[in-house]
Amino acid sequence: MAAGSAALQVRDLSIRFGGLMAIENMTFDVREGEVLSLIGPNGAGKTSAFNAITGYLRPACGDIFYRGRRLTGLRPNAIAALGVVRTFQKTSLFSDQSVLDNIRIGLHLHSRQHPIAIILSLSSVRVDERKREAAAWDILRFMALEARAHELGSALPYGEQRLLEVAIALAARPKLLLLDEPVSGMNPAEKVRFMATLAKIRSQGVTVLLVEHDMRTVMGVSDRIICLNQGRIIADGSPKEIQSDPEVIRAYLGERARRADG
Amino acid sequence: MSRWTLVLVLMLASIPLWVTSLYVLHILITTTIFIIAAMSLNLLLGFTGQLSLGHVAFFGIGAYASALSSLGFEVHLTDDLAIGIGPKPVWIALPIGMLAAGLCGFAVGKVAFRVRGAYFVIVSISFVEVVRLVAVNWVELTQGPMALNNIPPLTLGVPGMFELSFARKPAYFYLVLAAFMICYTVIRRLVNSQAGRAMIALRDNEPLAASVGIDVTRYLVLATVISAAMAGAAGALYAHYVRIVDPDIFLFIYTVTMVIMVITGGKGTLAGPIVGGAVFGMLPELLRALAIAPELQWVLLGAIMILIVFLLPQGIVPAMRSWWARRGGPPAPPSLLSPAPSPTLPRKRGREGWGKRGG
Repeated sequence: MAAGSAALQVRDLSIRFGGLMAIENMTFDVREGEVLSLIGPNGAGKTSAFNAITGYLRPACGDIFYRGRRLTGLRPNAIAALGVVRTFQKTSLFSDQSVLDNIRIGLHLHSRQHPIAIILSLSSVRVDERKREAAAWDILRFMALEARAHELGSALPYGEQRLLEVAIALAARPKLLLLDEPVSGMNPAEKVRFMATLAKIRSQGVTVLLVEHDMRTVMGVSDRIICLNQGRIIADGSPKEIQSDPEVIRAYLGERARRADG
Repeated sequence: MSRWTLVLVLMLASIPLWVTSLYVLHILITTTIFIIAAMSLNLLLGFTGQLSLGHVAFFGIGAYASALSSLGFEVHLTDDLAIGIGPKPVWIALPIGMLAAGLCGFAVGKVAFRVRGAYFVIVSISFVEVVRLVAVNWVELTQGPMALNNIPPLTLGVPGMFELSFARKPAYFYLVLAAFMICYTVIRRLVNSQAGRAMIALRDNEPLAASVGIDVTRYLVLATVISAAMAGAAGALYAHYVRIVDPDIFLFIYTVTMVIMVITGGKGTLAGPIVGGAVFGMLPELLRALAIAPELQWVLLGAIMILIVFLLPQGIVPAMRSWWARRGGPPAPPSLLSPAPSPTLPRKRGREGWGKRGG
């Protein structure tokens, strides 16, 4: 795929919760190789868009394509198998398993072990297990979590739990990675560390769609930003353009100023 | 096989050499059969987190299918259409029982896993009730409440040359011991594989499991098939041991017994159902041996059960493990086989609430 061509195409997407229009006629592209951020006030429909793209939510109408393949109607695991992998807004990991096992679970798509081969403990399965173990350590080192390998997921400090979530998603070998507020709850040092990690991830050729409230992070890592308000796209452009867009300031920052006043 | 496993296996294998009481041997055989059933339930309840309250259906289907194959049967579907098979040797009947239970597991899994939680529990209860009613009412096939009698015992050998009979208790003990070890090995390999991790993942966090590409339904069905086939094998072993099968095999109390064995032993651990099965398989007999009045036996059994659940909510095996760790033994590495979080009594953890369902 040439850089710059559309990896993900969202066309006329609408999502309804009962009478509430969460997203209305949303159309946008994520280009191959870019980091695109979705921003907007709470309730703007960012996470709903995520859920629709990754199959957790059935849109009322509209279509979503990834590299020409239709995602609408597919189940989350089938979408992940196409290389579209997400993280969750609320910390979500296998908290009673060790960090290493979290990654091993994430490596599910690497290969398939046939149940009969497992039961007979064929050498193919044993070789595959060793490969997975090595791949898991590679990912732990990539995310600088290797010192934590044998700790339980729930025992990690919060910032590292969030890194572990990204590590689990990376284990699924995403070509398009969707991160839902990855730095929320991180302290400034952790945020800096995360931004460096994100740069490393994109240097591996992974396209990133990011939902984030933390403006410093968004402005720092994004190639392009789409701003949503009340289920609609109100602006689309580079970080610089977005920062100076009057519509954005009114909808997003203006609302914040009001909130700060009140 | 580690050194300790070898010692344990040799110890178990030596039992018929020094246990001469046929009564004790009988208890060991039935307990081992029940442990196999409990282990199979643990694969579903402990590793995928699905509470199947119809598990005894697979046990009973295995028992009936194996018994019927060895006895032969003929049923008239319409006035002119009859199907039946002649008596098969028991060594063929046993796998038939297993296969029948496995197929039922596949069908039930395909249908039942459209729903989760309480709904799945209801589906599983309904399933066992349907199977029980069939066993009671399809008299032509099952003899109904009159029961299938004179089920042949297992014999192996070449006709006219030699014959190995498993009719006697010491021989049957070895048979169930072998079945137990095979089932244990299968489960251990399974839970340490990609498939087992997928099951644990969907138990702990289903949305996250799906997000990394785990086909949740596929692994639930896989677990159900293997679990059902194993329970079917236990049922078949039971049928050719007691040599009579009646619809009472589907009584709810047997499912409950299996669930108790798994929960008290420690669900989601490999050793849990073995310990729980051993305790609750032998405890009633032990209490009887103490010559306590029968009413008191049941009260005591109930009290012990409640005590275990209250004091060791995680089960005996995880409690022993953490006790060992506190005592200063080598800390067991946190493994994939750590128990499932208890649904009734939330485990104390540092960060309450982190890492639960997100989305």
